[in-house]
Amino acid sequence: MTSLRQRVGAALLCLAASTTLVSCGGDDAADGSVTLDYWLWDDRQLPAYQDCAAAFHRANPGITVEFTQTAWTQYWQNLTTELVSGDAPDVWTNQSTYSATYVSGGQVLDLAPYVERDHVDLSGYQAGLTEPWVKDGKRYGLPKDWDTVALVYNTAMLGEQGMDADRLAKLTWNPSDGGTLEEVIARATLDDEGRNGLDPGFDKDHVEVYGFLPEWADGSQGQNGWGEFAAANGFHYLHKNPWGTHYRYDDPKLVETISWFKHLIDKGYSPRLDQQSKMANSELLAAGKGAMTVAGSYAISSYTGPKLQRQFAFAPMPVGPAGRKSAVNGLSDAVWAGSKHKEEAWKWVKFLASADCQNLVAKRAVVFPALKSATEKALAAHRTKGEDVHVFTDAVAAKDGTFLLPITEHGTEIDPIVQDAIQSAILGQASPEDALKAANDKVNALFR
Amino acid sequence: MGAHTAVARPPGPARPDPGGAPGSGGPRKRRDDRRVAWLFLAPALVGFALFYAYPTVRGVYYSLTDYNLLAAPNFTGAENYRDLVSDEQFWNALKVTGYYVVVNIGAQTLLGLLLATLMHRLTRSVALRAMLLLPWLVPNVTVGLLWLWLLDTNLGFVNHVLNALGMGTTGFFSSPDWAMPSIAAVNTWAYTGYTALLLYAGMLQIPQHLYESASLDGAGEFRMFTRITLPLLRPVLALVLVVSMIGSFQIFDTIAVTTRGGPVGATRVIYYYIYEQAFTYFHMGYASAVAVMLALILGVLTAVQMRLLRASRSDLA
Repeated sequence: MTSLRQRVGAALLCLAASTTLVSCGGDDAADGSVTLDYWLWDDRQLPAYQDCAAAFHRANPGITVEFTQTAWTQYWQNLTTELVSGDAPDVWTNQSTYSATYVSGGQVLDLAPYVERDHVDLSGYQAGLTEPWVKDGKRYGLPKDWDTVALVYNTAMLGEQGMDADRLAKLTWNPSDGGTLEEVIARATLDDEGRNGLDPGFDKDHVEVYGFLPEWADGSQGQNGWGEFAAANGFHYLHKNPWGTHYRYDDPKLVETISWFKHLIDKGYSPRLDQQSKMANSELLAAGKGAMTVAGSYAISSYTGPKLQRQFAFAPMPVGPAGRKSAVNGLSDAVWAGSKHKEEAWKWVKFLASADCQNLVAKRAVVFPALKSATEKALAAHRTKGEDVHVFTDAVAAKDGTFLLPITEHGTEIDPIVQDAIQSAILGQASPEDALKAANDKVNALFR
Repeated sequence: MGAHTAVARPPGPARPDPGGAPGSGGPRKRRDDRRVAWLFLAPALVGFALFYAYPTVRGVYYSLTDYNLLAAPNFTGAENYRDLVSDEQFWNALKVTGYYVVVNIGAQTLLGLLLATLMHRLTRSVALRAMLLLPWLVPNVTVGLLWLWLLDTNLGFVNHVLNALGMGTTGFFSSPDWAMPSIAAVNTWAYTGYTALLLYAGMLQIPQHLYESASLDGAGEFRMFTRITLPLLRPVLALVLVVSMIGSFQIFDTIAVTTRGGPVGATRVIYYYIYEQAFTYFHMGYASAVAVMLALILGVLTAVQMRLLRASRSDLA
């Protein structure tokens, strides 16, 4: 029997050894060349960064970059699991809501010494893109891209109501009467008899086309809608951003904004939340169920695809009491603190943040690169494709035209608290004041 | 290993002689039997130890720490459990889960009983039985996606039909009132066939002559069902109830695919809450505490059910 036990033991050992070999192996080839593991979530951007990797490999024949693309919903879980198991990618695409957790967990390499050593010029990026990645003097990433938002509308539907691009570029908005934006929304809303929202006979229970499609699964930031409107009303998420510790979700400016959205629904200009489709707004717009919504520059391709035959155009966000506002958000590339190839990983990140790579990305016209010079090239590439997307770059160019999305600890926990509060207000389960006050207390309690 | 086993246990009469008749093997042989028994048990035991016992022990340990996946856990004693008591989301999750279990198990068991009785008393077609099992064979995620589209407010066939009948649009997954009943209904659809089959198998154990004599005595189908089928099915029914209730408490995939705990927490069941705590907020310690609580609750509920239904005793014996 001893022999059997020994044999079983040996087999188990073998198994353990072989799995270890599989999971740790493959990084170093005999000739000293290095393979870097690089992660991103956007499949539309994958080819652009593969262009970069090819150029990088030509310049550094000893380093090969291997890509892993995972959908957004699984990306962070997979990344966390790999970090926990000590076998994470050397470099990954990082996002501000999730970044704080990894930074405070000591998983992200401080790039400040490398930046200093190699004299990397950080002045060429669009304003506001480098700061989010700096905390307590340490730099946890270099900017790779940016995005802003704008209105997207069905040109034919609004055209029928006498609205053209010029008029849509001058829209105003306020939370009390909705400004000219609400008028446009009302005109674009049609019931099943073809009456628009301003018609006295308009039947709000049988709406065929909604004038505006709001986004309610929008976390704690409302980047795809309420956040911009609230900012245009003078709302600030935090007393200090980034790395603030006191949120202001109970601000009356936000309460007014949410109340206005609820009013749109009560009027029948926007779909009821409890009857909302599981389809994305872009799909509903493409299906002709809505005339207008808010879209981020990351979603441009959802509205410019060849199947859509130029039905859609972009207009700037309306001018609110506090001006015209768009969120600006950017991604970065982070190096894993536990990487065995930190020097090579840094080289790759430096290349990703350089004009050499960002110009290649620009050519693909799928995302706006972080460098101003590369942004121009991306705009030109869009123009070549016949896509007019200048409103997104106008937003970053305008003085005070953008605001930074909140970057704090507990981002992932704050998301559902605020989202639930806003949804409950929109559903009428609680008044916007009460819901947001309660949520704000819960959010701020996280920092105690 | 195979050869070794064969040597250790030569072929012979499988049943040990209770009388211990001479010549049927001395103490040496008995010892060998036990060793072989352990050998045969080993795969199950190793699996149990590795995949159940060890994670459970670790889970209990984590529930006493502030483990956040990225840093080493610090022992915090009963703090997670103290937080749990005052966590309204936890209590809400329990309430929501309870609601789901009642609707789902209620509907599933009643429908399952009905279908099993029909199969038992009306037709014993194998094709029909196989068909009943079809929804159960479809992976849960597929079931979720399928119904997500069927019940959609815009694209959904169901709402299309309702609209054609002049009944207006219902947000099956987007209304806080409808979301939970919709998910319970979807899972009832998926699991009723399986439940029915288990109950049907139980019904086959009931001696046929009881029905024959009952019908000679002039009893109708309904009377036979309440007086013969139900009482004699009790142990099987209890088992089915316990097993399906435990499964029902662990509802996760359908919700992860359709509502993700929304709208406004209306479907944030206990399993989804554990998942969120562990893998979205990285509160592994706290999530473990919730999981331990769930295990305790399930244990108590199972014990109560077994006791109430006297599941271990059959009236047929």
